[in-house]
Amino acid sequence: MRVTVDQDKCCGAGSCVLSAPDVFDQRDEDGIVVLLDARPRAELHEAVREAAAVCPAAAIALEEATERV
Amino acid sequence: MTTAPHTDPATTSAPFAVPATRAPGCPFDPAPAVDRARQEAPVTRATLWDGSPVWLVTRHQDVRAVLGDPRFSADANRPGFPFLTAGARVLAEDTTFSFIRKDDPEHARLRRMLTADFMIKKVEAMRPQVQEITDDLLDRMTDGRTSADLVTEFALPLPSLVICLLLGVPYEDHAFFQERSRVLLTLRSTPDEVRTSQNELLDYLTRLAAKKRKEPDDGIISRLVARGELSDEAIAGMGRLLLIAGHETTANMTALGTLALLRNPSQLELLRTEPSLIKGAVEELLRYLTIIHNGVPRTATEDVTVGGTTVRAGEGVLCTLNAANRDEAVFPGGDALDVTRDARLHVAFGFGIHQCLGQPLARIEMQIALETLLRRLPDLHLAIPFEEVPFRHDMGIYGVHALPVGW
Repeated sequence: MRVTVDQDKCCGAGSCVLSAPDVFDQRDEDGIVVLLDARPRAELHEAVREAAAVCPAAAIALEEATERV
Repeated sequence: MTTAPHTDPATTSAPFAVPATRAPGCPFDPAPAVDRARQEAPVTRATLWDGSPVWLVTRHQDVRAVLGDPRFSADANRPGFPFLTAGARVLAEDTTFSFIRKDDPEHARLRRMLTADFMIKKVEAMRPQVQEITDDLLDRMTDGRTSADLVTEFALPLPSLVICLLLGVPYEDHAFFQERSRVLLTLRSTPDEVRTSQNELLDYLTRLAAKKRKEPDDGIISRLVARGELSDEAIAGMGRLLLIAGHETTANMTALGTLALLRNPSQLELLRTEPSLIKGAVEELLRYLTIIHNGVPRTATEDVTVGGTTVRAGEGVLCTLNAANRDEAVFPGGDALDVTRDARLHVAFGFGIHQCLGQPLARIEMQIALETLLRRLPDLHLAIPFEEVPFRHDMGIYGVHALPVGW
């Protein structure tokens, strides 16, 4: 999984930090999202998906790895 | 033989008036007309207080789509904006600097002056202080007594004290700003009444901003003054928004949440025996009760298809958060309160760039208030018949006007 954030879109609601605090933080000066880990380990993926789903500003994009068959 | 086409009143898309009325005996549920619209005609026509038409958007996915779409404007000065009441137009006048009724980039410019104050780590650090205020209020409420009005003695003062601390507003003025706030949120208030109360509140906060210019402190108002980017009038406008949003919402959720738990004893018992459920329980109460109960207004700036229906440029929509939060597609069995449910996709704080700025603070206030209340008052009960509880059908923010309880 690859995570990207768009700080221009972010409205600082903080939902991502509640969902996945190991992956997202907020900038001290204005509360805007800071990405801590662009390639989170597998056990965090569910929390990161939730963070993307609850983000009100669509500021989190996920690229899921394609499974090999 | 020909007959007139039959229209079943249950399925007709004939416009109904909003705010719609709740069913008697179902004070926690959305109005039946809105609930029916969600199931049968999710984007439907309704009429506002002045007879003007508005689209009602009721399903969870459509509400998120509209509120997350920049083609829907929150700018109250745009022609066609659907005002919920006669007085609502006054609340959004330019002089109020109310960024909830502005679009980006102006909205973002103003909002970003405040986001740091409500970010998770800042708010989490306030837990001990909020706990202390909570304990102190309960000490006073229970001192030598076995009953009280939970609204005036606990649910309202708790968030009022906290937002006053944050803003740097003297709490001893609470009767003044709570009364003005009540007028602003009363659906039946006339535009003149709203304007008078609003001006009094703005004058008060403008004077306070001017005072902070001379005697700075650590509060938000003082720090907005120190930035040097806003006039005292603009700071007063921002302060008005924070002051009202900061105390009315949490106060009502706390009292109504307590009542919902008292009416669902098995859920209350679950929460008492397993206090670690509190965070999820607060999300579920937010979902189930959705106190912003009359819909969030937007105007389409171009033709947009929502849930299969074309909303034309210039038409108004109301996103009914309470109906969306009962959407079975997202919350199966959603008409029941279930504190073990994963309710985190609820839209009780709205959605999109205008989603509640203070939600981290609201969450910790509610978590601490409810956990402490249930722990310290194991025999908490309603002190009047449920049928006599005065619900806030007449207000922009739902809840109860009073909640007499015993313990």
